[in-house]
Amino acid sequence: MLGLSSVEYRLMLPMVELGIFALGILMIDLMIPREWKWMNAVGAFVGVLFSALCVFQIQTLFPRGAIGFSYSLLVDRFAIYFWYLFLAGAGIAILMSVRYLDVENEHHGEYYALLLLSVIGMMCMAAGIDIVLIFIGLELMAISTYVLVGFLRRDRRSNEAALKYLLLGAFSSGIFAYGLSLFYGLSGSTNLRSIAQAVSTRNPHDPVVIIAMLTTMVGLLFKIAAIPFHQWAPDAYEGAPTCITGFMSVAVKAAAWAMLLRILVFGLFPLRAVYTPVIVFVSIATMTGANFAALTQTNTKRLLAYSSIAHVGYMLLAFVAMGTSAPNSPAFIDGFKGILVYLLVYTFMNLGAFAVITSLRNRNVIGDELDDIAGLYSRAPVEAVLMLLFLLSLAGIPPAAGFLGKYYIFLSLIESQHYWLAGAAVLYALFGLYYYLKIANAMFMREAMEAERLPISLGMRAALGVTALATLVIGVYPEPFIRSVNWSLGIAQTPHVAAMLK
Amino acid sequence: MAEITTLHYLVVAAALFVLGVIGVLTRRNVVIVLMSIELILNAVNLNLVAFSRMWGNLHGQVFSVFIVVDAAAEAAVGLGILIAFFRNKETINVDEIDLLKW
Repeated sequence: MLGLSSVEYRLMLPMVELGIFALGILMIDLMIPREWKWMNAVGAFVGVLFSALCVFQIQTLFPRGAIGFSYSLLVDRFAIYFWYLFLAGAGIAILMSVRYLDVENEHHGEYYALLLLSVIGMMCMAAGIDIVLIFIGLELMAISTYVLVGFLRRDRRSNEAALKYLLLGAFSSGIFAYGLSLFYGLSGSTNLRSIAQAVSTRNPHDPVVIIAMLTTMVGLLFKIAAIPFHQWAPDAYEGAPTCITGFMSVAVKAAAWAMLLRILVFGLFPLRAVYTPVIVFVSIATMTGANFAALTQTNTKRLLAYSSIAHVGYMLLAFVAMGTSAPNSPAFIDGFKGILVYLLVYTFMNLGAFAVITSLRNRNVIGDELDDIAGLYSRAPVEAVLMLLFLLSLAGIPPAAGFLGKYYIFLSLIESQHYWLAGAAVLYALFGLYYYLKIANAMFMREAMEAERLPISLGMRAALGVTALATLVIGVYPEPFIRSVNWSLGIAQTPHVAAMLK
Repeated sequence: MAEITTLHYLVVAAALFVLGVIGVLTRRNVVIVLMSIELILNAVNLNLVAFSRMWGNLHGQVFSVFIVVDAAAEAAVGLGILIAFFRNKETINVDEIDLLKW
């Protein structure tokens, strides 16, 4: 049937399986009564676990990666690494959501279905080497997230966030698609490898190549929320349901990074001389703008939104190191490693921080102002201490995991002799400490607005436990995690990817 | 009479693209902004079909069918969100979407 090989069935199994669960949840949701809606979360979580199991099977069956669907889906170690990351992000977000949606009185099955569908989109983005598949994955993820951001229908801020995110997101997708169409025109193929071959034989200063490159990059930088294309992020992050903010800031961002690396490193690496100067400018603007904007925030969600933009700036620096050094040189490898490690630790520490903020939502308290987190230590001591751990990790203080990501990024910058950029990055990292400690100060030093203890649900405890454990363990004993990142970079040795990297 | 070449299509597409971008950046009505985004996507389609003819393969046309589907999905979700927004705020003017800032 359909002429698919058994390998192709295997490769699409994690996505098909998520799709079946998403549709199943939509149907079962109609049959279960209001007070049993948490069953949907259980269903979605089981779906994520099954999908992870399928990914594990692919990992053991095809240790060197596999390619299918007429060279459009490349499931290599890079893709598998990101697939695990997306599934982890989605799983933790599901654990965080149950009580929050109950409090908001918006517990619908569609929420979990859309969450799973967006993960399918992300998987296509990370594994696609055909621009059609990458674009469709991007849109599947983006359209699902637009709806999730606006999920609190009766809340004006949620409506507004969704509308802004939709308008700017669709606009950037349009520009991105225009760039992709020009690349198709330049090469006559939608496959990234053929595009790379066709483009590398052309003069890199051909105006069509430059227009194609710039429009594609606008789309990519928009999706990772780099300044000057970041405007949607603080608004969307503030208005969205808090658990979705957490999900967006890790999984959606990781997917955008996977897409950026696929296109710019695996595909358009021959054009690195064209795009690296732009990236240098964007990364400096991103670090500067985001760190300064975060200083004055009084809304914790918005503050963390700017902090996540600043983190993108640091990751872009590693990308600069990659773009200015030869493929497979130490600086290139360490920069690549830096981005992957950063995304890994960022997934856990940022989701943890958002989990704490999610748990502040209580009866009539929205919980996203700095005043709402004040005195958290007296209301929920364990949570306050965990939040401190996440904040220190975000700031990059050594025992916590966040340090590790920054370490590799600075290392790659020094190896590629960007001393000036490395110095600026360290300075901005210190700068960031101020606004993270502002939250810590509110938690430990200020009086609580209400004395009542904070109710923490079981799912939230699990989410906090997992993220805190990961943040601590990766920081204290990083060796197995570094090894897994090295493993996922082993893709450079497989023949079809090694050919792409040349 | 001169033949219509690929370049002609590309110029029309580029003009559509620029019009769409200008529309998104200057118009104040959300519905017209959505229409401008459709204009950008149509420019992409025109590009893809012209290139598809130039190269004599079907990849571009397949891509353009996907983009048509995507544009439809985006419009549906966009109008849905817009209706939810209008119910709470009674406006579709971009200037008045001002609850979230800085």
